[in-house]
Amino acid sequence: MAINLDDPKKFRPLVGQAHQVAMNMLRPISRKYDKAEHEYPKELDMLAAMIDGLSESGASEGAGAAGVKRTDDGADGAVRNGTNLASVMSIAEMCWGDVGLLLSMPRQGLGNSAIASVANDEQHERFDGVWASMAITEPGTGSDSANIRTTAVLDGDEYVINGEKIFVTAGDRSDAVVVWATLDKELGRAAIKSFVVPKGTPGMTVERLDHKLGIKASDTATIRFENCRVPKENLLGSPEIDVKQGFAGAMATFDNTRPLVASMAVGCARAALDLTRELLERAGVTVDYDRPALAQHAAAAKLLQMEADWEAAHLLMLQAAWMADNRKPNSLEASMAKAKAGRVGSDITLSCVELAGSVGYSEGELLEKWARDSKILDIFEGTQQIQQLIVARRVLGLTSAELK
Amino acid sequence: MSLIQSLRPGGKHGLSSKESRDPIGYAVAALSRLAQSDVLDRVGLRRQAEQAVFTTTRSGFRTITAASRTFAKAGTKGSAGVRPAATAGRGAFDLTPTEDEQMLVDVVTELATEVLRPAAAAADEACAAPEDVLAAGRDVGLPILGLPEALGGISEERSAMAGTLVAEALAHGDMGLAVASLAPGSVATAIGLWGTDAQQQTYLPAFSEDDVPVAAIALTEPTVLFDVMSPSTTATRTDDGFVLNGVKSAVPRGAEAELFVIGASLDGTPALFLVESSTAGIEVVADPAMGVRAAGLTKLDLTDVHVPADALLGATDGSTYAECVRLARIAWCALAVGTGQAVLDYVVPYVKEREAFGEPVAHRQSVAFMVANIAIELQSMRLLTWKAAARAAAGKDFTREVALARKLCADKGMQIGLDGVQLLGGHGFVKEHPVERWYRDLRAIGVMEGAVLV
Repeated sequence: MAINLDDPKKFRPLVGQAHQVAMNMLRPISRKYDKAEHEYPKELDMLAAMIDGLSESGASEGAGAAGVKRTDDGADGAVRNGTNLASVMSIAEMCWGDVGLLLSMPRQGLGNSAIASVANDEQHERFDGVWASMAITEPGTGSDSANIRTTAVLDGDEYVINGEKIFVTAGDRSDAVVVWATLDKELGRAAIKSFVVPKGTPGMTVERLDHKLGIKASDTATIRFENCRVPKENLLGSPEIDVKQGFAGAMATFDNTRPLVASMAVGCARAALDLTRELLERAGVTVDYDRPALAQHAAAAKLLQMEADWEAAHLLMLQAAWMADNRKPNSLEASMAKAKAGRVGSDITLSCVELAGSVGYSEGELLEKWARDSKILDIFEGTQQIQQLIVARRVLGLTSAELK
Repeated sequence: MSLIQSLRPGGKHGLSSKESRDPIGYAVAALSRLAQSDVLDRVGLRRQAEQAVFTTTRSGFRTITAASRTFAKAGTKGSAGVRPAATAGRGAFDLTPTEDEQMLVDVVTELATEVLRPAAAAADEACAAPEDVLAAGRDVGLPILGLPEALGGISEERSAMAGTLVAEALAHGDMGLAVASLAPGSVATAIGLWGTDAQQQTYLPAFSEDDVPVAAIALTEPTVLFDVMSPSTTATRTDDGFVLNGVKSAVPRGAEAELFVIGASLDGTPALFLVESSTAGIEVVADPAMGVRAAGLTKLDLTDVHVPADALLGATDGSTYAECVRLARIAWCALAVGTGQAVLDYVVPYVKEREAFGEPVAHRQSVAFMVANIAIELQSMRLLTWKAAARAAAGKDFTREVALARKLCADKGMQIGLDGVQLLGGHGFVKEHPVERWYRDLRAIGVMEGAVLV
């Protein structure tokens, strides 16, 4: 054991594969689906089949949205580089290709990460191969997800769900939706549970799709639940309302999905950095790593700053995933990674547009698209401000009642 | 020179040459000069103090170098010295220090907490590290930390990672005292890395004995927009060696030093030279700065300093020099991380105790978010620094990694220093609390070159 922060050697083939897919399958259709919002990217079906194939062959190292599962095998004390690391690295690579398309990848939804995080063995088996999206946000409730109004009432062997969910990524195309609903509004966050609702369940309707700033290849849906009945076995995790444990159950999902969203920002920002570095080189500006930034071209100095920030986001992302692989609690590190990657993603993609001038601003290049795509990554799965709140509470040792 | 000439404002006292004085201005300036002159002292109007002793607190005070030992020549000239082996990794991502590294960090953390921190304020004021602090550092083996066992050191492998963890832990106590404590060992590490058999046999034994020589690496120069890769100090070849000319700045403990590693341009390419402080032509000038004051920073005036041919340390193609620059930058990054952690550890209890508007200020997001950002950027700094150090230890190229670490540590480190003072408000501005010192110390990252390395 020794400190080493290089990308794990064992995942080089996996990342190489993901890079080839991103370059040869996603980039060529990147602009097409940015233009054709809400059109189904049919090319992805073949890609998804290929990924399933890789997954079954073991070549994917368990990477993907469901790779965030915490396993207990192989507890031999050795340091593990496992599925969490494989997942963030391959997702970053795919998002270097296109974030919107990654989010539209069949069977790679955030709902799949939720199932992987909190489902029991029977549910894992039952929902295997299901493409699951995630429905948390409501018209009146965004960051304060403890305040959701969608209800689930047990009636015989079924839960009856009522409410409205917005901003459901892949909500139209997915096979099922993981819905957050409360069993009893009076009991607060402890009563919030997640339910798997398969598409076609009576009472669930996709009302409309949103037109967005970026990630247009991904469908963002509003879904209404009216007396929508699901078997009680579709409640993920325990149905007990444990007031002491509070929100922890449902929130555990976030510890696993936040590094994934960080990896999306890391991938998208690297796309912008890679292209901008080359455009600047053609314009005669290169970075000299040994000379002081201030003694170089201002554009080179900016590039150096962006690369330093990018590397920080990248390493915080790897740290959070590595901790999950090694079964260390990582809520703090997951939030740090998402906070840093989210803001760095915006700074880098926007600065790259500025550095490239109207070349960057024009639809002739993808720089302007990446600057639009990156913004959502500092918002969904917890905004920048929510991440800072989580980090601050942890570092200061304050409760949510003390630090509101 | 007329009085008027000497009172011309340009270039002195932080005034640009564009400034001009009106008659009142000249009168005030003349009065100010009188007030500063020795006349007042001669008539006994001012308490006389630091006359005979060299004092690093007083800018511009000059002295010759410390009368020092002569290092008896030994070993085979020109044959390569012993080299530490690169660390062997298995390629897995891992943030766990080795058991040896962890033991070292535990010991040094205690040293930083029990010895450095309590001595920091006084040492900052005195611009010197107290002997007992330095002795404690020598006792835990700081001078030989970077040396392989074959050269009297403690490690079998390249110890850049251990050096980084140690610098970080020491700086948690105090950056200035950390620099003062680490400077001699840094020279030993350099000789271990690049010295010939003769250089290693001549100089290194002293570092593992009781009377460890004071030594420092001098790379910085007092130049605006200084680019360490193009030093103005020159080395010119002579029949039997080299002649050095130029000025080096920010040299820790220069007044006491017995051995320097000096960076100079040889045939247009930067190279390193081992220079004993007893060599004629070296004048040490006190050069106290904004921070890192406990390190006793000095300038070295080098005037026709003749050194023998075997003073050259390492390669003449610039590769040794560049590696030295990079390893020193890792050390400064580690110092920034340690100091940044000190800031975080100090402000957390403070903002939870300090009340305003009826509750702790930590309950306000504007305060809490500053603390969160300190924590996030500090961990960013640490990870970048560790990555560069781990690559250096493993013998991999680390040019890019060290550049990124330095950029982030300079920018975010300063922000942490700034926020540390801000979070304490007016109390942060006064010397009752250490945050103002950390603010001054953290400005050093990005300015300093050389001095310490891992």
